[in-house]
Amino acid sequence: MVVKVYGPIMAACPQRVMACLLEKDVEFEIVHVDLEAEEHKTSDFLLRQPFGQVPAIEDGDFKLFESRAIIRYYAAKYEERGPNLLGNSLEGRALVDQWLEVEAHNFNDLVYTLVLQLVVLPRMGKHGDVVLARSCEQKLEKVFDIYEQRLSNATYLAGDSFTLADLSHLPGIRYLVNDAGMGHLVAERKHVNAWWEAISNRSAWKKLMKLVNY
Amino acid sequence: MAVKLYGAAMSTCTSRVMVCLHEKEADFELVAVNLFAGEHKQPPFLAKNPFGQIPVLEDGDLTLFESRAISVYVAEKFKETGCDLIRYQNLKEAAQVKVWMEVESQQYHPVISPVVFQFFVAPLQGKAPDQAIIDENLEKLGKVLDIYENKLSRTKYLAGDFYSLADLFNLSYTYYFMKTPFANLINDRPHVKAWWEDISSRPAFQKVASAMTFGEKGN
Repeated sequence: MVVKVYGPIMAACPQRVMACLLEKDVEFEIVHVDLEAEEHKTSDFLLRQPFGQVPAIEDGDFKLFESRAIIRYYAAKYEERGPNLLGNSLEGRALVDQWLEVEAHNFNDLVYTLVLQLVVLPRMGKHGDVVLARSCEQKLEKVFDIYEQRLSNATYLAGDSFTLADLSHLPGIRYLVNDAGMGHLVAERKHVNAWWEAISNRSAWKKLMKLVNY
Repeated sequence: MAVKLYGAAMSTCTSRVMVCLHEKEADFELVAVNLFAGEHKQPPFLAKNPFGQIPVLEDGDLTLFESRAISVYVAEKFKETGCDLIRYQNLKEAAQVKVWMEVESQQYHPVISPVVFQFFVAPLQGKAPDQAIIDENLEKLGKVLDIYENKLSRTKYLAGDFYSLADLFNLSYTYYFMKTPFANLINDRPHVKAWWEDISSRPAFQKVASAMTFGEKGN
């Protein structure tokens, strides 16, 4: 039975889920949700995701929302298949969780705000707040400094192997580098750059890039 | 050997972990970090958490930061004792716990924490609470609580009919919120109110709540 992923393929949070499903070789089908037409705020969609956000998944009669919960579920459900995205021990899993939390709380809001102001609002014909975007950029410089230090001590965020902690960063960093003109945040940091090269060249991510037509 | 938790007894995020440790009947030692002296922003502490935030857990040679990651680790390590906070024997229940933990993290926290910050912390920094920020976030919080109300009219707790980390994660910020003039957002929603009374009366939380104060009067 094919997993249904509800959301536009261009959006970062559905991409987080799709990247995980591709890593784990789980068949899925994208059910497009038209954000511009506010489909995510209709009463039908709100039954699926009461906060009116994408993605949501449907796997047979099992339903989930929140992209980071979905990736944790599939990484656990298919633990034995494909790369181990969760960590090899209780401590290993805790480190994966720690860096997933960092992505969610120290990284994501800054990227989201910056991309909204510099990329999304202009595409909708509105003015982005450049001052706000610059402030996010400055804070991201400090966050990436911390990542640089961490990645000089470990190949991936949680240790020696690629895990959900790295995967969770893929969509946001792609937006920063390719769409928001923020490539210097990565390129100017030797270890962050090497890490980004490694994780963005994984075949699962490249498959997703083809699917999205980037 | 007892785990060490670096943090402060009145801190929301330190309290989050302490409630979890008590629920799991796990021994721990709270090592006070002097926030007012900026201890958390200086190199010895930054070596433990480069983001300069509390809490940090040390368990032997494992060092962890991010209170939610620490809590999940504690719930897994001590899964055989105390309350099962993560439903470790049932993958689908565990998944629902993960969903509603993310809800606290992504939907609830961003709108309740600015209110708590403006009301309790800003004055300590010599600033008046910013009413515009409070008003904006109260409106958003109301919408999130409407969703909680709806969910809690269908299940006893957030992830199902069982208490879990998904409920626990809401405790510390909500505790401070209930001391503001805006507590009616909780009290006006019958299922949310009943849920709050239930989870905040658990002994593990009562132990921690007694130290949770910013020094406000009448506390």
